[in-house]
Amino acid sequence: MGMTYVQKLLARACGTAVVETGDVLELPVNLAMSHENAALVINQFNEIFRDTGREARVWDPDKIAIIFDHRVPAESSKTATNQKKIRDFVAAQGIPRFHDVRGDVGGICHQILPENGYVRPGHVLVGTDSHTTTHGALGAFAFGIGATEMAAVWALGSILNVEVPGTIKVVVNGNFPDGVYAKDLILHLVGLLTAEGANFKMIEFHGDTIRSLPTSGRLVLCNMSVEAGATGGVVPPDWETRRYLRDEAGVVDELDLFAPDADAVYDRVVEIDATRLEPQIACPHTVDNVKPIGEVKGRKIDQIVVGSCTNGRLDDIEIVARTLKGKQVAEGTRMLVFPASWRIYSDALNAGYLSDLIAAGAVVCNPGCGPCLGIHQGALGDNETALATTNRNFKGRMGNPGAEVFLCSPVVAATSALTGVISDPREVN
Amino acid sequence: MAKGKVVLKLDNDISTDIIYPGRFMATVLPTETPQFAFADNTEFNKALIEKQFPAGSFIVAGDNFGCGSSREQAASCIKGYGLIVVARNFARIFLQNSINVGLQMIICPDIEAGEGDELEIRDKQVCNLTSGKSFAIEPLPKARQAIIDEGGLIPYARRLLLERGA
Repeated sequence: MGMTYVQKLLARACGTAVVETGDVLELPVNLAMSHENAALVINQFNEIFRDTGREARVWDPDKIAIIFDHRVPAESSKTATNQKKIRDFVAAQGIPRFHDVRGDVGGICHQILPENGYVRPGHVLVGTDSHTTTHGALGAFAFGIGATEMAAVWALGSILNVEVPGTIKVVVNGNFPDGVYAKDLILHLVGLLTAEGANFKMIEFHGDTIRSLPTSGRLVLCNMSVEAGATGGVVPPDWETRRYLRDEAGVVDELDLFAPDADAVYDRVVEIDATRLEPQIACPHTVDNVKPIGEVKGRKIDQIVVGSCTNGRLDDIEIVARTLKGKQVAEGTRMLVFPASWRIYSDALNAGYLSDLIAAGAVVCNPGCGPCLGIHQGALGDNETALATTNRNFKGRMGNPGAEVFLCSPVVAATSALTGVISDPREVN
Repeated sequence: MAKGKVVLKLDNDISTDIIYPGRFMATVLPTETPQFAFADNTEFNKALIEKQFPAGSFIVAGDNFGCGSSREQAASCIKGYGLIVVARNFARIFLQNSINVGLQMIICPDIEAGEGDELEIRDKQVCNLTSGKSFAIEPLPKARQAIIDEGGLIPYARRLLLERGA
């Protein structure tokens, strides 16, 4: 019987011929990523070594990546002290893939990993962040874990007790109509599957829409696969994966590209006709509360947020800047833009996008996660409403349980910034 | 076996932002996280801090409890009060975190219980002593149960580390 992409990847990783859904495996890890919560990982890591008579050393410093992104620059002495503790640990253990608070190498972990060529097709990649699913866009089996689990990875070099997930095959065909992007596709899919519809499963993306989608769009799809509960999302790697890693991430080594078997067995197959999609909005307070834009347009917005590990890439900033160029953000609405990395920030600066945004009245923030989860800048006031290109709209998400968050694509965010209400880009321009 | 009252009844899709709001994420140590458990539910949070509920009391929830973030604080903050979470099912990362840190959680796909009901864990069932109904517990895969039986992932990983040598 044939294997899905991730079954095949896991069989290779374990050196076995076959794995079956539900098998529980211990897997060697190719890359272990953490951000500021490495402070807790360090604590748990030292606990594992306590009373063992061993020196607490990580299994392989070259396979660990640590990126400061959640609260940068530190918003409090507590965060600054956590960051200092991590910095000291990185130096003591000799971890080279460390991205500190810096304008040259800094950014959000889920952009830093791809753009620096840390991810390869076939990798087993774990991260102490639920959006680690992002890296399935490059053909990795990538998923989020907790801090104690990561401490065990740092000690042992493997991830213990991973269930071989069943897989939902999503086949998308046709061209996106005007005003529709990868974000609309994944919002539509999360609405279709529901917030728990893919729990303990992979989402494997296929179809000509996916094949012609650049990596920036594939990253969006895999990033938000976790919002349907999925263990991860994955795009079987192809020429575009090769192009991205070579041309944009500077990867020179030979890639091992493989595909799922033609007779692979899937738990479910979902077919989507991209030509029929409309701009989508996820309404408060769950990501699966998704509606076509027509049902919510006209809704007053206090704060627009463009950025995050979901939609803070150069093509996102570009479309927002083009929409706003020569125009103004509506009175009574504020707009925050935070690029996903300093490389993107710099490219957007050189292309003139940032000056267009600033001239239009947007506030361009430094790359980071802060506003998305309400922990650093951009908090909402009581009864305020935000429209964001981020990934979650849970109650309290942007720092205030008395506020509401709607999720959308960058072009919808930009169009709505001009009007101050949720607006359909197909009608406004 | 455990017997206690349901002190909080919750709906489906309870996110980690509800259990442990993001703004408290700079606090990481299991000894410090309990003060922020369900922080935006001010009444319940206050009752927890005032130790109104004995250890072994229950939180009962619907589907997909703990969805969202990988933040382990969401599991450690509940464990700090010795509460047991019974849900119809759990989100994957939260489930794994609970096992790893030793938060007692029970998958009970048909559970029916309201606040104030008295529950007892008996054999492979959750018995609602108030309604007189019993509900089957879904067992964990063996490999996961092994971590629980060993007291969490830290002792489990410590043993593997020692067994495997340098």
